[in-house]
Amino acid sequence: MFRHPLVIRVAHWINVVCLAVLLMSGLQIFNAHPALYWGSQSTFDTPALAITDDQTDSGASRGIMQIGGHTFDTTGWLGLSTYQGETLSRAFPAWITLPANQNLAQGRRWHFLFAWAFVINGLIYLLYGIGSGQLRRRIIPDGDQIRHFGASIREHILLRFPKGEEARRYNVLQKLTYLVVVLVLLPMMLLTGLGMSPGVNAAFPVILDVLGGRQSARTLHFITVNLLVLFVIVHVLLVIVSGLWNNMRSMVTGWYAIEGETRRDGEIVR
Amino acid sequence: MKRRLTIPSPNRRGFLAGMAGLFGTASLGGCDKIANSAWGTRTLKAGEDANLYVQRLLLTPSSLAREFAETDISKWFKPNGTIDPEDTPYKALAAKNFSTYTLRVDGLVENSLDLSLDELRTLPARTQITRHDCVEGWSAIGKWTGVPLAELLKKASLKPQARYIVFHCADTMEYAPADAADAQGDGDAPAGKPIRYYESIDLTDAFHPQTILAYDMNGHPLPISNGAPLRLRVERQLGYKQAKYIMRIEVTDSLGHVGQGNGGYWEDNGYEWYAGI
Repeated sequence: MFRHPLVIRVAHWINVVCLAVLLMSGLQIFNAHPALYWGSQSTFDTPALAITDDQTDSGASRGIMQIGGHTFDTTGWLGLSTYQGETLSRAFPAWITLPANQNLAQGRRWHFLFAWAFVINGLIYLLYGIGSGQLRRRIIPDGDQIRHFGASIREHILLRFPKGEEARRYNVLQKLTYLVVVLVLLPMMLLTGLGMSPGVNAAFPVILDVLGGRQSARTLHFITVNLLVLFVIVHVLLVIVSGLWNNMRSMVTGWYAIEGETRRDGEIVR
Repeated sequence: MKRRLTIPSPNRRGFLAGMAGLFGTASLGGCDKIANSAWGTRTLKAGEDANLYVQRLLLTPSSLAREFAETDISKWFKPNGTIDPEDTPYKALAAKNFSTYTLRVDGLVENSLDLSLDELRTLPARTQITRHDCVEGWSAIGKWTGVPLAELLKKASLKPQARYIVFHCADTMEYAPADAADAQGDGDAPAGKPIRYYESIDLTDAFHPQTILAYDMNGHPLPISNGAPLRLRVERQLGYKQAKYIMRIEVTDSLGHVGQGNGGYWEDNGYEWYAGI
């Protein structure tokens, strides 16, 4: 079946590139002040989260992450990590930031350019998706799907993927996940990002009223991107286990192969 | 077991091309090369141009930065950048509690001005409690009292060609590489000519009601760490625009002659001139 129209395929891959650059440059920006707060201002002594490094009693350096009153040793990953043979005191390791070395100015340039690409791409996707009815068809669960919600969860946990007619539409968990990503998490990234802009704050003070202050906006930006990374991990894993070749082909060419249900006698039912 | 598929055979070439493109862009190792090339820098700057353009459309002169209550003022207003200028001329001013300080206003103006701190304090004043957002990501709230920049510019009367307001500051950020011409320049310089902090804004921000030259912070004379005797507050932009230790205000028609031509010390080090985001 023809599953993905051209606009959606192109928008998907542009989004992949945008989100990769935004994530990596965003971690670069975070590294300039690796602590999060709640409210309008920074309470430097009592951050909600901080990634730093310190010395243990034996004098060894270690990377630590503090959340609330708890401290976790994150040596090698957060706070203290090695890049090209050098041990660096860096919140997020150099290999995942853009650029790799500490360069806030350049990180911001990457971030803003690809933020614009992300917004324009997202608007085209939404306008097309709403106009063509694709968005409703794809991510709004149908009545019967909601009635069989429990059964869907069970099938999903068992990694039993729908076949035949049922594979022509996303299952209810897929639909709800895409719904949350497309209509909640991605717009939230934009809103919390804009909430950190002093210019936008002056033009639309209501954004920070809703988000609870500029430092809250920064914290929510961070929490939301974590949820998006979690989504991408699950998304990619499920793409692999439910048929990597078929899924990739459908998001590149649009065509998705529907497997017939196999009867006991080996005949394929279409 | 034979499978019957409902689709034509996959477009392998298209798929492979797509995958190659994907991994090409995903392997971000080449990004530094792009960012450091001339065209790459120009392209990356497009985001900043869009930010300025769109924010200028959205922001009217009457769009004010939020003002807070006394109870919101930060217990500690984190000083950043230079916190104690090492410059001999500045130290001499500080030793006399800035009683010999004068602010110079010149450039494309009808009347150049030289104003002492006392004279500045007799001009109309504005007090505002605002949030300061550092480009690094943190925020602090402070109460600022000072003379609106618009008052000074009206007093000096701008010439028609005036486009930018440049702030020349007292604090040395670094020393230019020494060369024969500069070697015996400023006596306090260990190497070449000192590069002192400089910043600039355009007339839209210069005439904004919340753009002030602050001499008081939280009801007391500005401490040295926060920019004594005079600093800029341009509330709809980030912290590095809020020039401290201002000695001279120059009105110009372009930023070409300022530093390396990008309009400010940090701008010459890769940061955006328009810091509204």
